[in-house]
Amino acid sequence: MKITLFIPCFIDTLYPRVGISMVQILEKLGHVVTFPEALVCCGQPPFNSGYWPEARQVARPVLQGLADAEVVVIGSGSCGAMMKVFYTELFAGEPEEAAARALSAKCYEFSDFLVNQLGVTDLGAVFPHKVTIHDGCHGLREMNGKAPPRALLKQVRGLELVEMAEAETCCGFGGTFATKFPAISSAMGEVKCASAAATDADFVVSNDSSCLMHLQGLLSREGRPLKTIHLAEILASV
Amino acid sequence: MNPHAVQFQSDAGRLAADLTHRQRIQSAMAKYGAARGPRQALFRDWQEGRQTAAETKWAGLNQLDEHLVAFEKNATARGTQVHWTSTSEQARQVIVDILQRHRAQRIVKSKVMTSEEIHLNQLLESLGFQVVESDLGEYIQQLKGEPPYHFVFPCMHLSREEISDLFENHLGTAQTHDPEELTMIARRVLRQKYIEADVGITGANFLVAETGMVSITENEGNARLTAALPRVMITLVGIEKILPRLSDLALFLPMLATAGTGQPLTCYNTMYGGPRQPGEVDGPEEWHVVLLDNNRTTLLADPEQRDALHCIRCGACLNVCPIFKNVGGFSYGTTYQGPIGSVITPHLRGLQDWKHLSGASTLCGACTETCPVKIDLHHHLLHNRRNGVQQGGSRGEGLLWRAFAFLMNHPRLYGLAVRLGRLAQPLQNMIAGEALDPLQAWTKTRELPELAPQSFREFWKNHRPALPQDQRRSS
Repeated sequence: MKITLFIPCFIDTLYPRVGISMVQILEKLGHVVTFPEALVCCGQPPFNSGYWPEARQVARPVLQGLADAEVVVIGSGSCGAMMKVFYTELFAGEPEEAAARALSAKCYEFSDFLVNQLGVTDLGAVFPHKVTIHDGCHGLREMNGKAPPRALLKQVRGLELVEMAEAETCCGFGGTFATKFPAISSAMGEVKCASAAATDADFVVSNDSSCLMHLQGLLSREGRPLKTIHLAEILASV
Repeated sequence: MNPHAVQFQSDAGRLAADLTHRQRIQSAMAKYGAARGPRQALFRDWQEGRQTAAETKWAGLNQLDEHLVAFEKNATARGTQVHWTSTSEQARQVIVDILQRHRAQRIVKSKVMTSEEIHLNQLLESLGFQVVESDLGEYIQQLKGEPPYHFVFPCMHLSREEISDLFENHLGTAQTHDPEELTMIARRVLRQKYIEADVGITGANFLVAETGMVSITENEGNARLTAALPRVMITLVGIEKILPRLSDLALFLPMLATAGTGQPLTCYNTMYGGPRQPGEVDGPEEWHVVLLDNNRTTLLADPEQRDALHCIRCGACLNVCPIFKNVGGFSYGTTYQGPIGSVITPHLRGLQDWKHLSGASTLCGACTETCPVKIDLHHHLLHNRRNGVQQGGSRGEGLLWRAFAFLMNHPRLYGLAVRLGRLAQPLQNMIAGEALDPLQAWTKTRELPELAPQSFREFWKNHRPALPQDQRRSS
């Protein structure tokens, strides 16, 4: 299968290992991976801030650039939800409405794609650590739910998964919310970090790097030994 | 910034950092969650129940005009007087007129959030009426001189010790930290108030169009006493509380209890059909139902967010909201707190004054997921943000997003910005978290991630997969 990757700006610049891991995994499974380098951002930040015309400006090249893709795989539930769920609303009544619907039908979050489209759960990964999982809200409630990342982690050799209390509670990142309401955002993050730390895990895993950026920022500041890691990085570990 | 937004930022910031407050609210809500799960499982199919409830409310609201007229006709047939009020002022005037006509002095109230909405108590007290709240939580809040903290759990932010102190100061009772004894203290005071009251004022959970009845859900029996003992009863209720049929209550009563408090049913559910009828021995001699619009029809006219009128005020969206659990109820500065309050307050009280509440959300969607009547709450927060910008966004932020769009649409410029960022990061690190740091909003409490020495794009340029080159690049 020819798979087109969408790598959002923060994975590109801050967490390239996530994208590289996705490429390694998909190529190992025998697929052809393409990456449209001109597409940088899905437009979610202006969209969530209420600036929809500006969001359309960012999203239009994405619609055009992915028009011919067979499937689009995204390593972030949040950007994935933007493209799969919110583009159709953003472009409702616009000339690109049909294109937005067409893109929506072929967009998948990475773990959902592996499990539900490719039918793969065992990638031969080895990760001898205790991990706990954080469900990113967009992946959880707008996209594919709790099952796919857990199905994948279950097959990783040596990995022990411990569920934290309130795994489904938001980490407090919320995009620009984190800087517009930093006190609330940090408090939410502290609650989340405490839940994760209470499991005694070595790593918090998620399929959304934006949540992990927030949690790692707090964990490092608090000096906790707990580390964050994206699901794709675990799945690419051998 | 408008004063409401300034107040929100300041109160929310203070309470979010208050660990005692955080612990108290988080643990109360954890208990709610634990109680609710098993009750919800008693429904044959909770999701199907939500769908039916949403459709029932939708049908009721789509023919709100007809249902309200039917309610009035059926209620009037049994001697109830129905008053239609468009604004807070009108509703207050109708109530004051009734009180003055009866030369009332003492008023007892059961839980009426609509009266908080129209600031009734302040007005009545300024006119010399003696008003007492009979719901235990509301009574405590009245003694404390504070509005309800949570529209279902009015004093959940207080400890037993604080309540005991409050009773000691106001009622002269001995200190006790036993919840039952604290309840008994309030009960002894309140029993006398019902007997002395000239008029009782209640709210309503549902208006049944088919029968002209009002349904009230409660746990303390205080609404029954408020309705039964005084000679005159006034019910103040928002027009969206309409249900088409009496049989709809078969779903809505258990659903409200389950979502609201994690009970299969609340202790008391009463249907009021009118004032005392000929030959009956008890009940009020007069019953007035005051129907309140207060901009609900503005919300009804918005096809995108009309479903927010489905709300049965169960409070479930507050109970699961991570924002509410960190900033508490008072920070909002609204009658209705939490996600539902953030959605409807801009419609009820002005978008520009209250749009900041829609901004204060991560859009996590826990509210929408839990709402028993399927209000699309977190998406409406997005809609309010969009509307707020359309009808008066900030010039500076608009410019910022246009610059952002330009950058994201010019990959070379974006690449340059990333390289410049790598050069700037060591400098930024030197002032991280301090007042000079342009990223202080992040770095004050959190470490900033490092820009990777090689971006994914830079990796991709040199990436040679096992497969032929010509199959790889399609862009």
